[in-house]
Amino acid sequence: MSLKSKSISSKSSLNEDERLKKISPLRVLLNRPELGALGGSILVFIFFGIVAGDTGMFSAYGMLNFLDVSANLGIIAIAAAMLMIGGEFDLSIGSMIGFAGICIAIPAIYWGWPLWMSIVFAFAMAVLVGYFNGIMVVKTGLPSFIVTLAMLFILRGLTLAITRLITGRTQVPGLRVLIEDDPLAWLFATDTFKWLFTWLGSLKLIELRTDGTPLATGIPPSVIWFIALTLFATWILMKTRYGNWIFASGGDKVGATNVGVPVGRVKISLFIGTAVASTIFACIQVLDAGSADTMRGTLKELEAIAAAVVGGCLLTGGYGSAIGAAFGAIIFGTVSMGIFYTDVDTDWFKVFLGAMMLIAVVFNNYIRKKVTESK
Amino acid sequence: MSDYLVQFNNISKFFGKVIALKDVTMRLKKGEIMCLLGDNGAGKSTLIKTLAGVHKPDEGEIIFEDKKIVFDSPKDALDIGIGTVYQDLALVPLMSVTRNFFMGREPQKGIPFLKTFDVEKANKIAADRMGQIGIDVRDPSQAVGTMSGGERQCLAISRAIYFGAKVLVLDEPTSALGVHQASMVLKYIVKAASEGLAVILITHNVHHAYPVGNSFTVLNRGKSMGTFQKKDISREKLLSMMAGGEELDKLEVELQEMDRIHNKN
Repeated sequence: MSLKSKSISSKSSLNEDERLKKISPLRVLLNRPELGALGGSILVFIFFGIVAGDTGMFSAYGMLNFLDVSANLGIIAIAAAMLMIGGEFDLSIGSMIGFAGICIAIPAIYWGWPLWMSIVFAFAMAVLVGYFNGIMVVKTGLPSFIVTLAMLFILRGLTLAITRLITGRTQVPGLRVLIEDDPLAWLFATDTFKWLFTWLGSLKLIELRTDGTPLATGIPPSVIWFIALTLFATWILMKTRYGNWIFASGGDKVGATNVGVPVGRVKISLFIGTAVASTIFACIQVLDAGSADTMRGTLKELEAIAAAVVGGCLLTGGYGSAIGAAFGAIIFGTVSMGIFYTDVDTDWFKVFLGAMMLIAVVFNNYIRKKVTESK
Repeated sequence: MSDYLVQFNNISKFFGKVIALKDVTMRLKKGEIMCLLGDNGAGKSTLIKTLAGVHKPDEGEIIFEDKKIVFDSPKDALDIGIGTVYQDLALVPLMSVTRNFFMGREPQKGIPFLKTFDVEKANKIAADRMGQIGIDVRDPSQAVGTMSGGERQCLAISRAIYFGAKVLVLDEPTSALGVHQASMVLKYIVKAASEGLAVILITHNVHHAYPVGNSFTVLNRGKSMGTFQKKDISREKLLSMMAGGEELDKLEVELQEMDRIHNKN
């Protein structure tokens, strides 16, 4: 065919490399979903560096404090981000945190289970809840907003009702004594790099208590979990087949199904992911406080979604990143703690949270238009 | 051994009392482009879905490379080499060219349980494949949303061919495109056929079908009006068959106008 010769251009492959170099690093960066959150984080640090630089916010103790808050939010924000990229929401995250808390506390305190068994039980329940959310959304085709809103009420109600039925109260204390020698609990309750802080303390580089031990004793478990989950989620999204399926499922459900992506299975697994992340959050919180409270985690689902959105996730799915959600969580964690070090009334935090989210959504919308713009 | 790569013999499909397709027969050789023409509601969609394995025909048989085939799912059709490109293309605009190209069939590397998506290899294949059809993808990680409609169509066809299609079923590949974009897609279809694929081109646009088709099957209200070789039928004859004669006068005027525009370009 005469057309053939025209359409094959061996030239294009020769030009490829030099053409690639023409794309400036700035452009590559602009196309990344986490750009906004990264910039936001830097701005927040600069702001508090100026306003609260000499107040102890950026001492080892102060930094671990706001990192701990950021990390706790980050753990659930990353799972929420992955689910959002997959095209769904989970509003039951907060209730799942409360539910997981009592799933650990009641068996351990009232039924005499070893702590590790209660923790395993809580994770098993999380898988069940996530599976139920997922299967409901996939099989009925209902919006996940409605299905998980129902789950928000069901789980919170169950948590309250069961706790009061078994204990007569709404709080279950007394867990702290069980942590020692437990084969599993240390995963959620141990500060790491203690030697580093002791060493820094002995050099008088960080603040000390009056008895000579450092004020900041080690990196809290939340921060380790947060970093590990960020890396793991990023690896999945960018480097695995399953990651591509998540983007595809959220980007175009019908198209993805037509080319053989198991959309239903992907979505169910992501719902399990958010429930499991909520349980990790609950483990850390319950073991740190030594008690479970039925109201734990209230409104956390909205904070997680806000962090994911600030991190560049589109509400419509198919676009976003785990690193972005991590930075989103760092912004909120830093501001919520940093505000104590300034003269600003802490009531203003929620105003900031809402404003940040609005700006992020407008920005994301603009980016999406840019990305999908036809030539 | 027959000459035909694939034969759809006397295919019928009923939905309850509705006869969606009745006795439709299509036979294709390697390298042949058959255009399936029909107005809206003629049963084109049902026929495509039957070819793609979504619907099971109620009557008739599908013979592929001289073997009788029964499809239980779209995957069966894909596996033997019938690649269908639907009108929505199954492309995600927000995802990159590479990620779309390999969507659902990502190449992997590494050890079991820790397998990773081989992005470098995928990028290279996607860029090569697009390069072969004259689309210079500067950056295979750019979003599909930045490509033109014609380029997207070519990407979807290229993907079907790469994943082993011997028979290409194309659903209205030019319907949403301008003249320039449409000709780019049609050129690619001719090239694919010249390399030994059989192509079923579904369209209601005779002007796009006539220049590239070797044979034409006209569908009207679920029935085949027959298959014609190009030498046996004129463009005008095809048109009047499609329209069923009723609106012929009105059409003719319109088509003269269209022809005028075509010639101008």
